[in-house]
Amino acid sequence: MADTIEFELVSPQRLMKSEPVEMVVVPGAEGDIGVLPGHSPLICTVRAGVIDIHEGGSVKERIFIGGGFCEVSPERCTVLAEEAVATTDIDRSEADERVRAAEEALSGADDDGRAEAERRLGIAQQLKAAADGAGSG
Amino acid sequence: MSSLKELRNRIASVKSTQKITSAMKMVAAAKLRRAQESAVAARPYAERMERMLGSLSSAVQGREGVSPMLSGTGKEDVHLLVLVTSDRGLCGGFNSSVARRARRKISQLLSDGKQVKLMCVGRKARDLMRRDHGDKIIESYSELDRPKLTFDAADQVADKISELFDAGEFDVCTLIYNKFQSAIAQIVTEQQLVPFAIPEADESDEAASDTEADRSVYDFEPDEAEILDDLLPRNLAVQMFRALLENQAGEHGARMTAMDNATRNAGDMIHKLTLTYNRTRQAMITKELIEIISGAEAL
Repeated sequence: MADTIEFELVSPQRLMKSEPVEMVVVPGAEGDIGVLPGHSPLICTVRAGVIDIHEGGSVKERIFIGGGFCEVSPERCTVLAEEAVATTDIDRSEADERVRAAEEALSGADDDGRAEAERRLGIAQQLKAAADGAGSG
Repeated sequence: MSSLKELRNRIASVKSTQKITSAMKMVAAAKLRRAQESAVAARPYAERMERMLGSLSSAVQGREGVSPMLSGTGKEDVHLLVLVTSDRGLCGGFNSSVARRARRKISQLLSDGKQVKLMCVGRKARDLMRRDHGDKIIESYSELDRPKLTFDAADQVADKISELFDAGEFDVCTLIYNKFQSAIAQIVTEQQLVPFAIPEADESDEAASDTEADRSVYDFEPDEAEILDDLLPRNLAVQMFRALLENQAGEHGARMTAMDNATRNAGDMIHKLTLTYNRTRQAMITKELIEIISGAEAL
C-alpha cells in the first residue's frame, strides 16, 4: 500500500491543491471522515468546515471550505468545494461582515428564502470559527 | 474625381477609426488574457464534477425513483435551448455563429414536431433571435459579467432552469455556446444539460480509466438519491459557469481578431486614399503649370 494518497481540492474558480498527502480529514455531512491511502471508494456530501491535511502525525495545513462534495477512491481523494480558502488567509473583518449580512438577510427573509438564508449564515459562521481557530492556533 | 478637401477629410476619418479599432484590440487582448486564465482554471472543477456525476449515475442506473433531471421525463416534446453570447458586438462572427447554429437546430426540431423554447444569456442572443423567434424567448439575461463574472451569476441562471424544469416547462435542455479554443478559433458547442448526458470516458484521461473498474462499488453517504438531489442542480450551475467563462474568453478572442483585421483594413485604406490624394494633388499642379506655360507661350 502506498503511504500517500493523491489529494485534490477544486473550487469553481480554480484547482486549489493537487498533491500527495499522508492523511486528510474532510468534514462530511454526517461526520468527519479521515481519508488514508487505500480508503474504500466513497462519494459523500461535505458541510461547511475545515479540511485538515495531516503529515507526520500533525496537522500541516488547514483549509476552510464552504460545503461541497467529496469523492474518494483508494488512490485519490477529490473535494469539490463551493469555496475554499486557507484558514491563515481568512480576513477576520470580512468574515464578521459576512455573518452580519447573512443575519440581516435571514431576519428579512420570507418563507421561501429562509432555508437558503440559514444555509448562508451557517457557512459564514463556520468561516468565522475557522478564522478564530487559525488565530489561536 | 473627389476634391482634395474631400479626400483629406476621408483620410482623417479613417485614421481616427483606425485609432479606435487598434485601442479596442489592445483592450480585448488584455481582457482576453485574464478571461482565458479563469476559463482554464475553472475547467478542472467542471471536469471532476462530470466524472463524479458519471460514477453516481452509473451506480443508480436502472433504478426506480431516480431524479428526472438525470433520467429524463420520459418524453422529449419540449426543448429548451439556452444560448450563450456576448452583450456587446464588434467581435466578428462570434455571436452570429451561435445564432446560426440555434436557427438550424430550431428548424430541425420544429420539423420533427417538437416545441422549442429559448433562453437567451447575453444581449446579442436576444437581439439576434428576436426577429425570427421572438415568440419563443421565455427568459433573457444580460450584463452578467458586470462588474465581474461570478459563480453566483451562473447559479442564478441555473436556478431558473431547474425551476422551469420542476414546473414541467421543458423535457430536454441544450446549451449552445462558443467554446474557447484559441484567440482565433472559437467552436460552437452544443451540450445537453437536462437530462444529464453521461460523458464518454476519455481514453487519454488516466483518472477516468482507473476509476472505471470500481465504479459500481462506491459507498455513499448519505444515500445516492440524496447526493444526486444536491449534485444535479449544482452540476447545472457549474456547467453554466463554465459556458459563461468560455464565452467570455471567446468573446475577447474574437474581438481581438476582428479588431486586428479592422485595423489592418484601415491601414490599407489609408494607404490607398493617400495615394489618390497625392495623385490628385500632383495632377492639379501639373495642370496649373501647363496653363501658365501655355499662357506664357501665347504671348
